[in-house]
Amino acid sequence: MQRAYIPAAIAAQPWKLILPLFALVLFGATVLYSAAGGSLRPWAGMHVARFIIFLVMAMLIARAPKDWFRRVALPGYAGLCVLLVLVELLGAIGGGSRRWLDLGFMTLQPSELMKPGIVLVLAWFYDLLPPGESQGWRAIVPAGVMLGIPAALVMLQPDLGTALAISFGAVVMMFLAGLPLRLFIGAGAAGAVIAPIAFFTLLHDYQRKRVLVFMDPESDPLGSGYHITQSKIAIGSGGFFGKGFGNGSQSHLDYLPESHTDFVFATMAEEWGMVGGLFVLLVFGLILRWGLQVSRRAPDRFSMLLAAGMTTTIFFYVCINLMMVMGLAPVVGIPLPFMSHGGSSMMTNMICIGTIMAVDRWGKQGGGSLL
Amino acid sequence: MKRIGLPFASDKRKVPKLPTTSIALNNRFDRRSFVLGAAQGGVGLLLATRLGYLAVAENAKYRAASESNRVNLTLIPPRRGWVIDRTGAPLAANRADFRVDIIPDRLVDRDRTLKTLQELLALPDDKVRDISDKLDKARGFQPVEVAASMDWDHFAAVSVRLPDLPGVIPQRGFSRDYPTGAAVGHLVGYVGPASAEDYERERNPLLITPGFKIGKDGLEKQFEARLRGIPGARRVEATASGRVVRDLGTREDVPGQPIQLTINGALQDYAARRIGLESGSVVVMDCATGDVLAMASMPSFDPNSFADGIGRIEWKMLSEDDHVPLRNKVLRGLYPPGSTVKPMVALSFLEGGLDPKESVNCAGGLRVGNRVFHCWNHHGHGSTDMLKGIYQSCDVYFYHFAQRMGMDGIAAMARRLGLGQEFPLPVAGQSYGTVPDPAWKKRKYHQDWAIYDTVNATIGQGYVQVNPLQQAVMASRLASGNILMPRLLLDRHAPAPKPLGIAQDHLDLIHAAMNEVVNGRGTAGKARLPIPGVQMAGKTGTAQVVGLNVGNGKGGQWKHRDHGHFICFAPFDKPRYACAVAIEHGGGSGSAYPVARDVMTFLFDQAKAMEVLEGYEKQWGGNVTQRMAAKYASYEAQFGATAPKPADDAQLAETVAADNTPATEPTAAVTDAAPPAPEPVAAPPPTPDPSPTPAPPAAASAPVAATVPQVH
Repeated sequence: MQRAYIPAAIAAQPWKLILPLFALVLFGATVLYSAAGGSLRPWAGMHVARFIIFLVMAMLIARAPKDWFRRVALPGYAGLCVLLVLVELLGAIGGGSRRWLDLGFMTLQPSELMKPGIVLVLAWFYDLLPPGESQGWRAIVPAGVMLGIPAALVMLQPDLGTALAISFGAVVMMFLAGLPLRLFIGAGAAGAVIAPIAFFTLLHDYQRKRVLVFMDPESDPLGSGYHITQSKIAIGSGGFFGKGFGNGSQSHLDYLPESHTDFVFATMAEEWGMVGGLFVLLVFGLILRWGLQVSRRAPDRFSMLLAAGMTTTIFFYVCINLMMVMGLAPVVGIPLPFMSHGGSSMMTNMICIGTIMAVDRWGKQGGGSLL
Repeated sequence: MKRIGLPFASDKRKVPKLPTTSIALNNRFDRRSFVLGAAQGGVGLLLATRLGYLAVAENAKYRAASESNRVNLTLIPPRRGWVIDRTGAPLAANRADFRVDIIPDRLVDRDRTLKTLQELLALPDDKVRDISDKLDKARGFQPVEVAASMDWDHFAAVSVRLPDLPGVIPQRGFSRDYPTGAAVGHLVGYVGPASAEDYERERNPLLITPGFKIGKDGLEKQFEARLRGIPGARRVEATASGRVVRDLGTREDVPGQPIQLTINGALQDYAARRIGLESGSVVVMDCATGDVLAMASMPSFDPNSFADGIGRIEWKMLSEDDHVPLRNKVLRGLYPPGSTVKPMVALSFLEGGLDPKESVNCAGGLRVGNRVFHCWNHHGHGSTDMLKGIYQSCDVYFYHFAQRMGMDGIAAMARRLGLGQEFPLPVAGQSYGTVPDPAWKKRKYHQDWAIYDTVNATIGQGYVQVNPLQQAVMASRLASGNILMPRLLLDRHAPAPKPLGIAQDHLDLIHAAMNEVVNGRGTAGKARLPIPGVQMAGKTGTAQVVGLNVGNGKGGQWKHRDHGHFICFAPFDKPRYACAVAIEHGGGSGSAYPVARDVMTFLFDQAKAMEVLEGYEKQWGGNVTQRMAAKYASYEAQFGATAPKPADDAQLAETVAADNTPATEPTAAVTDAAPPAPEPVAAPPPTPDPSPTPAPPAAASAPVAATVPQVH
């Protein structure tokens, strides 16, 4: 670092994160600009504006002390659970499924916030747990309950994608917290048995159909297979260098559904080709690598778990979304972080980023990278 | 990891927490976060590989898919080749029109759409029901016609409402037009939308293009490949919802090739109209070339209305008509030819060496074995030689000499003159009937030829079955002495026909006898042409349909009346045209020869012939089109609401095929004497004959002994 030539406040910023983030967001805005037919409205301008706002929020989060995170973990988690129940109740009254609360000035989707929420509360829990207990039931049962409540509530909404994201975040937290490996192997084996049963009993019809169609998209070319088929056409027709900026026929002629939200990667790949796709993958790789590095040099167990968990949450978004648009996963409504248009996911991801930035700051304050 | 962690946990449970455990957990975090990072990297690699596979390896496939999404190719149906007659006048042409179709797949709210269309286009209720029926039956991609030949106002009214009418396609196009309508129905056939089976067979997107029609019957079907042409195309860039973004270009269609027929359109129309209320057929051939100048089968259907698919009222009308309007009687009607075979039989006698002067005494009947075969004239013709045998149609003359000359010679001559033959014509099929001989009977019934079989065959009864085209060919070959082959496609450079190899003096004798039939002491005096200097030669024939125990062949039930036949050629001394007329259940040859006379007259003096026809049409209630329209109106009034669903394409084809199945041959051998039908007859009731020519010799009373009904 060239600390000598740059003001400390600026040098202290995690540029290794902010620069890739900006690159990704601006690239996303470019794609949204093209998707809107060469216009900043309605998506591209809003996308950048939101990012700026949430970046400020993330920086504010980054300035919060470690104790504040510890204090807020459990009440925050409990509050989110209450909100989830509230959504459920209002939904039952209003009829139909509900995922959000209308607060008047904004709509709040508690399940979104639960993604970083579960990471925070588990980091807090495993930090609190005496290391000696980490192999016994005390390490598993409370965590399981903490995961089970929100996951079940979200499944009830029903929102499979978010429930999976919450579960994935929690399970990775347990893995990193040092729970015995046999648990994960056993759970994996049990999952292999339970998954088919759950598929036929727990999933809703439309979810089951999505999975089936994912196996064979061409079986339903006009129904739910349409999304996957058109997305593959968009990506495949882009070739190595793409069709050129503003020339993506799949998105411009509305063949590609959700071209500005869930399938923004396909919109991008059609115009920018494989080159654009590799660039996006590379930038995500940089961001995620930075997140893991932060966690590895974090000063204590709480910070380590927190940073790794937040990184994992972002990773899960990226991984599922890209697998979905490339036809490797069923269609679940998960947007691509920093590129898809949409406030909720941007907020969640920026909370994750802010938290990792905070851990980064603690690590530097605490005498640099100890570990 | 477990090896390190577990011993601590178990051994030192009670020991206060040691930093080593925490360090162990941190180590474990390090390792596991490394695993996590590696897993993330692995996923990244997997995604990059997948991206490369889609974008590079499969690029061509997806590029094509994207193009096919982007570019919407609208085929423009090619204009169909014309069918023209020998003078160049159209028998089937194209008319520019506006049309509206529905693609069932794209319909959103069918009832509402139909209701809107009904209001916009002022469609009658039964038409809407027809459309609804077709929508039920059509596969999703098959366009269903709502209206064609629309005027601009209606077309515009639909066009501006398009956003509210998904699945409705208005377009400018061409529709098939048959100027002479029903007169060419059986000859030219008709066109219609391709059926699902057609599409399965050809897999050509043109077939499911709205407004495109393929030949369904007749020449339209036979010459489909030649008439079709090459479609044009309009390429547009369209959104997923079908909104056109911009035009990418249009390729003009290449119209199909025309076909020119030997048919004389005016004559064809005249012949069809002249058949009038009867169920019958007229064939006219050119005696020099074999060109078929007219080939009319009536009643018929109007191919113009078939082109839009058949409506329920029309269907009821056609399927309930006992005059089988869907059967092409020229090729598919099989009849015992009756006495029209006598000139042919006499010719075979001459060729066999019989002296035409040799005579037999006709006393009204002839005993053959233990049966008496009657002459149609029970009073007898007295001494009868060949000439008189033909012009008086004396049965006894033929009974007598056929026994001497033998059946094989007669059958050979029949085939030489075209009976029992199938001709190389571009038609879906011909029922070629039977020319019986001893070998045939042995094969068919495992019975020996009996003498009464010969006797029956010589008067065109018994096993003998012919179609009207064969009769026309027989007439033309008798007239010309050449092996004329009927032709439908005009070929001005066709080689001249070869001679039959029959002595000219034999032919002259037959011609003289046939001239006598019309212009002398014969059975068809009223068939004389009203043209000075042109004499027509002919031969009458009456074929019994049922035994005399069922009906006398004249009146009574229509189905029981005798068939009437007439073959002729003119001028008798220098034959140019030959003609055969067959009237089903006309009550005898008296129903046939006035038709032949007028059709032949038309060839020499159109005005005179038209005058006669117009006189008749006043009595019949208008010309063919007017009568069909009147019938339609009465059906509509009567059954408008209750008519059953019309046949779809497959059913229609099936019905047409059923109507056109060859009449079956008698399943059991005929064992009795066939009674000769009376010959000639007085003017039959359904065809009043205003002709001023003197009445022919009075009809004889019906023959007495007859028990075997004839199959017709």
